Amino acid sequence: MTTATDTTATGHADHHHGPEKGLMRWIKTTNHKDIGTLYLWFAFTMVLIGGAMAMVIRMELFQPGLQLVDPHFFNQMTTMHGLIMVFGAIMPAFVGLGNWLIPMMVGAPDMALPRMNNWSFWILPFAGGILLSTFFMEGGAPAFGWTFYAPLSTTFAPDSTDFFIFAVHLLGFSSIMGAINIIATVLNMRAPEMKLMDMPLFVWTWLITSFLLIGAMPVLAGAVTMMLTDRNFGTAFFDATGGGDPVMFQHIFWFFGHPEVYIMILPAFGVVSHIIPTFARKPLFGYSSMVYATASIAFLSYIVWAHHMFLTGMPVAGELYFMYATMMIAVPTGVKVFNWIATMWKGSMTFETPMLWAISFVFLFTIGGFSGLMLGIAPADIQYHDTYFVVAHFHYVLVTGALWSIIAATFYWLPKWTGKMYNEGLAKVHFWWAVISVNVLFFPQHFLGLAGMPRRIPDYALQFADFNMISSIGGFAFGASFILFTYIIIDAIRNGEPATKRPWEGAKGLEWTLDPKAEYHSFNKPPSRKLIEQESQNS
Amino acid sequence: MSEQEYYVPHGTYWPIIGSIGISTLFIGLANQMHGVEWGGSVMGLGFAILVFMMFGWFGQVVNESTNGIYNKQVDRSFRWGMSWFIFSEVMFFAAFFGALFYARALSVPWLGGADNNIFTPDLWNAFSASWHQMAFLAPGTELQSGTVMSFPEVPATGIETATPAMVVDPWGLPALNTGLLLASGVTLTFAHHALRAGHRNQIVGWLVATIALGVAFLGFQVMEYGHAYADGLKLTSGIYGSTFYMLTGFHGFHVTVGAIMLTVILYRVQKGHFDADNHFGFEGVAWYWHFVDVVWLGLFVFVYWL
Amino acid sequence: MKRLTTLLSTLVGLMSTNVFAEYGLNMTEGVTSISRDIYDLHMLIFWICVAIAVLVFGAMFYSVFAHRKSKGAVAAQFHESTKAELLWTVIPIIILVLMAIPASRVLIDLEDTSKADMTIKITGHQWKWQYDYPTEGISFISNLAQSSKDSVNDDSNKPENYLLEVDKHLVLPVDTSIRFLITSNDVIHNWWVPDFGVKQDANPGFINDAWAQIDEIGTYRGQCAELCGKDHGFMPIVVDVVSKADYAKWVTNQQAIAKAAADSANKTWSKSELMAQGESVYNTNCASCHKKDGSGMPPIFPAMKASPVANGAPADHIGLVLHGKGGMPTFKMLGDADLAAVITYERNAFGNTGSVVQPSDVKSAR
Ligand code: HEA
Ligand code: HEA
Ligand code: HEC
Ligand code: CUA
Ligand SMILES: [Cu+2]
Repeated sequence: MTTATDTTATGHADHHHGPEKGLMRWIKTTNHKDIGTLYLWFAFTMVLIGGAMAMVIRMELFQPGLQLVDPHFFNQMTTMHGLIMVFGAIMPAFVGLGNWLIPMMVGAPDMALPRMNNWSFWILPFAGGILLSTFFMEGGAPAFGWTFYAPLSTTFAPDSTDFFIFAVHLLGFSSIMGAINIIATVLNMRAPEMKLMDMPLFVWTWLITSFLLIGAMPVLAGAVTMMLTDRNFGTAFFDATGGGDPVMFQHIFWFFGHPEVYIMILPAFGVVSHIIPTFARKPLFGYSSMVYATASIAFLSYIVWAHHMFLTGMPVAGELYFMYATMMIAVPTGVKVFNWIATMWKGSMTFETPMLWAISFVFLFTIGGFSGLMLGIAPADIQYHDTYFVVAHFHYVLVTGALWSIIAATFYWLPKWTGKMYNEGLAKVHFWWAVISVNVLFFPQHFLGLAGMPRRIPDYALQFADFNMISSIGGFAFGASFILFTYIIIDAIRNGEPATKRPWEGAKGLEWTLDPKAEYHSFNKPPSRKLIEQESQNS
Repeated sequence: MSEQEYYVPHGTYWPIIGSIGISTLFIGLANQMHGVEWGGSVMGLGFAILVFMMFGWFGQVVNESTNGIYNKQVDRSFRWGMSWFIFSEVMFFAAFFGALFYARALSVPWLGGADNNIFTPDLWNAFSASWHQMAFLAPGTELQSGTVMSFPEVPATGIETATPAMVVDPWGLPALNTGLLLASGVTLTFAHHALRAGHRNQIVGWLVATIALGVAFLGFQVMEYGHAYADGLKLTSGIYGSTFYMLTGFHGFHVTVGAIMLTVILYRVQKGHFDADNHFGFEGVAWYWHFVDVVWLGLFVFVYWL
Repeated sequence: MKRLTTLLSTLVGLMSTNVFAEYGLNMTEGVTSISRDIYDLHMLIFWICVAIAVLVFGAMFYSVFAHRKSKGAVAAQFHESTKAELLWTVIPIIILVLMAIPASRVLIDLEDTSKADMTIKITGHQWKWQYDYPTEGISFISNLAQSSKDSVNDDSNKPENYLLEVDKHLVLPVDTSIRFLITSNDVIHNWWVPDFGVKQDANPGFINDAWAQIDEIGTYRGQCAELCGKDHGFMPIVVDVVSKADYAKWVTNQQAIAKAAADSANKTWSKSELMAQGESVYNTNCASCHKKDGSGMPPIFPAMKASPVANGAPADHIGLVLHGKGGMPTFKMLGDADLAAVITYERNAFGNTGSVVQPSDVKSAR
């Protein structure tokens, strides 16, 4: 604990000594890099847990009939898979990247509120623990889908649901505090010489994502609070017998839920906007339109939520409005895709691992975007809704979108995090393995959905057998690719070649001006205007 | 002072203690709700840990602040932090206001057959879709016969069937309370002016007045709950009761927290923690108090008046 | 192996659009004007997306191919072009407007249920459908067929239409404009028959409507399309669409059956009759939660074996089954005889020692 007597040093001394030793370093840390590391390892663990659940799902769906699990447990698997991947894996991974990178990118010594930063992280393991502990309670874990629609999650759910509700509250606190911290860091800790339009795109996208988080997470907290009182104190928010409406739950949930999916993709856009210019050796095309497009996507994301609810019986005017608003999102997203391609155009490209992931991101995310657009056409959604077409859509945007960018970022910034290089040959093998298997896994799900296979079912009619088998095989192969991924990362940390300050020839950004393995405290002296201009993406 | 470097604190135990505290609190609460006997005590333990954490953590921050470790930039970080925290609170209330508007403008009329729900009333027996005096739907209500055919009943829930006999008159206690809270906003502003002018005694006076107004507000609110309950408007009387009590209840909770924070500020004023241009703690709490004020205005208009 | 061979041939045949439909790779065209409109819309957007994809990915892969360092490409340094950016903002907007026009037309058309000739009421229950023909006075429950239930754990022997067969089909006349009123008795379900282009949420406490006019006689299958709990995957829908004459015959037939059932409720049944009837009612209606052997799935679904209710006062037992409680749905829609039978069965099977309940008891308890 810093004591009051520390005044003369004014915290100065801290900047020069390194981290504490042992476990306490991680529990007590206020350092953005340590906390970033904690987030990333946490997220990685959750990917493995959530992925293991996905493997159970794919094994059960390998062939028709029930072989492995009973339907109730199957529903627990899909629900927890969705929850863990969204709240445990993707979101914390992005917060981890933000923690590591944002202070370095804006020329700051650390995050603005370092103690709160520690708390944002250290709530997560507790929330995750409570969530996972529901598996051992009477009635089992949540089994009502990650969207937990009332009244399946209220009147018809077991007692363990209340623990799930509190876990969601905790996850919400964590995200809100994380977002506040990032806003304060970007707006207040930026090097004095850095204007907003000098900021790298990852910083921009995260800043905008923070606004989404602060706007959306409290609404989720409100939704689960209403669930809690409906379940335990006899309120009637989601119960028609008291004048409420189960569909009201969906409105509140998706008012959070739709921004949530953009929370999981905007930072990914940021990551890709760093990697593509680097390996094309060409400045990012359309920096300012990238910023405006990100902001427009964020704005639009607040006004399209009911496209998840076209079949709930909304009046037709509502359906028309939500259809039009949804279609609009294709425009700013298109701008981003076109800008990335224009960045590659006439570049001098090389294809190191991060670039391979980034290019395949552009390709596969766009496919997911197209299926999203199709889902947005309200009448067509009648046939798509709650089928595997939707499952295919969101795995293309989430796995080959969000997760892809996280993997790309890991390879791209690993040298800065560890001071070591990974094994390029193995990493390429891993990439091709993953990119092929992931398509075998998710592409056939489009066909399944169109042919009429509903989602969230443990068993299916015989005509869906072939594609399910293929999808499962792809799933196992993709799952196994994580074993290789784990090996590559650990091997790099343990035995990697030392990295240089700027291991990528075309890389720009303040982070590359730091030591090969970035110093424990990033910028004690803010970078100069000249340096900032040199390293700016907006050149 | 502003020449110093940005203060990056050492490692800290408070967050992990906070995590343990809040998890304990929630685990206790969930068990309490499920009728587990140790639930309540575990909840209390969690609460105690949280209070301990807050004393410790905030105490440390106050110490650092009074020792001049924080430069202007740190102060700005706190300001950004507090303002966006308040914004997140706004969004939390927005969820409940949203529920109120939705129920009032959409779901209740729909149950009465509005819009594309022309057939819905066939499910319900003698239901009148008006907001305050909505005839509540009885669980197990026999369904209207004739029009199409009778439907199976909707499953029984814990919801009360009684129509609330009364709607709280906005121009009684609620109007008085509005006055009290608005006045407290004014007194708090006076306190701030006094602080900026460096008049210690005036600050204390205005702060005490603010807290007193807040406490009076809470007292009347409790009285009003008593009346409402006695007259049959309960948390369980359907969606009107739900939105009424959840909105006013969360607001009351925020007033309570605000009053406690003001008391702490009062204490700190007396300790001489603030000076004319360095008093973020005071301002943060003032923002919070004004936010609570504004929420009340929303409540007064949408819950009581309209 | 056979499956994989079929699959390979499917993939080979993927090129021609005919094969699309045959092997269930694409959305069904269906048998109503709505489903065809939706199909056309789907194909339209699909091909637009394909066209955009070809252009966009074409440009990207050309660049990846031609502008690589290993081929000696030197990086240009341009990084903006207002013209290009304007172009790729405006063109997508135009494309989207062009998509929105037919989409709006179809949407408005399918939401207009005013032109219906007859009405069917559909109620979702965990996990079965109830169909009511209000004017004809017909009402029945449609459960997953026993053949499918029996083979869930038997991989070698799957019946035809596995999981897509029910014990009682919904019967509808051809060429008639039908309004579906859809609601639920417990959680949200969704009534979906792809061939009709009808898919609507069944919300407890509200009635949604949809319509269809079916052009072709035949049997059509669908499934519940909203997660509704444990057996969400096991509540299929089967519709027989028949000629108008056959439909009229079917209606008279059903009315006669209903009358016979009502009459049988007036007589006094023997215990063995009740037990036999009760077992079949139990297995179709109750076993999904309380299990065939009465063991239930505690704590959510209590066991019938040694249940205090099943061994207690008959009035409580009747009341609970009639009105439901929490997760236990109401079974009011079953006939008096069936209810008496199933209650008697529960009270005397699984080693329970309850009394016999007669249809007249149920009738007076309603
Ligand atoms: C990262 C997450 C992510 C992202 C980015 C998106 C992006 C989009 N999503 Fe998706 N979505 C999900 C995650 C995501 N989604 C999830 C998790 C669900 C399921 C939730 C559940 O029920 O469990 C879902 C479900 C979902 C539905 C509900 C389906 C249903 O349940 O019936 C809809 C409907 O409108 C939809 C639409 C869209 C649209 C229009 C976009 C757009 O943003 C896409 C825009 C991109 C492009 C269009 C491609 C690039 C553009 C161009 C190349 C320009 C030119 C193109 C044209 C002019 C066409 N999504
Ligand atoms: C956010 C991200 C995210 C991610 C990354 C994933 C990743 C995966 N998802 Fe997930 N998925 C969701 C989000 C995500 N999903 C959501 C929100 C839902 C909806 C839930 C709902 O309906 O409520 C869903 C639903 C969902 C379904 C539909 C379930 C249903 O409707 O019944 C399926 C089915 O195939 C599926 C499969 C997979 C697979 C195979 C992966 C793979 O990519 C996973 C790969 C990772 C691993 C496999 C782990 C790592 C490896 C090991 C642990 C080593 C061991 C390896 C082996 C045993 C081979 N997911
Ligand atoms: C959707 C699942 C479901 C189905 C189908 C179902 N039940 Fe139940 N049943 C329940 C649940 C849940 C309870 C516990 C209710 C409670 O106490 O809150 C229950 C409780 C009971 C009880 C009281 C048991 C006790 O000891 O408390 C009886 C008797 C009963 N059901 C009979 C039936 C009969 C008869 C049928 C079929 C005609 C049936 N149930 C079908 C879910 C179901
Ligand atoms: Cu009924 Cu799903
Ligand atoms: Cu969405």
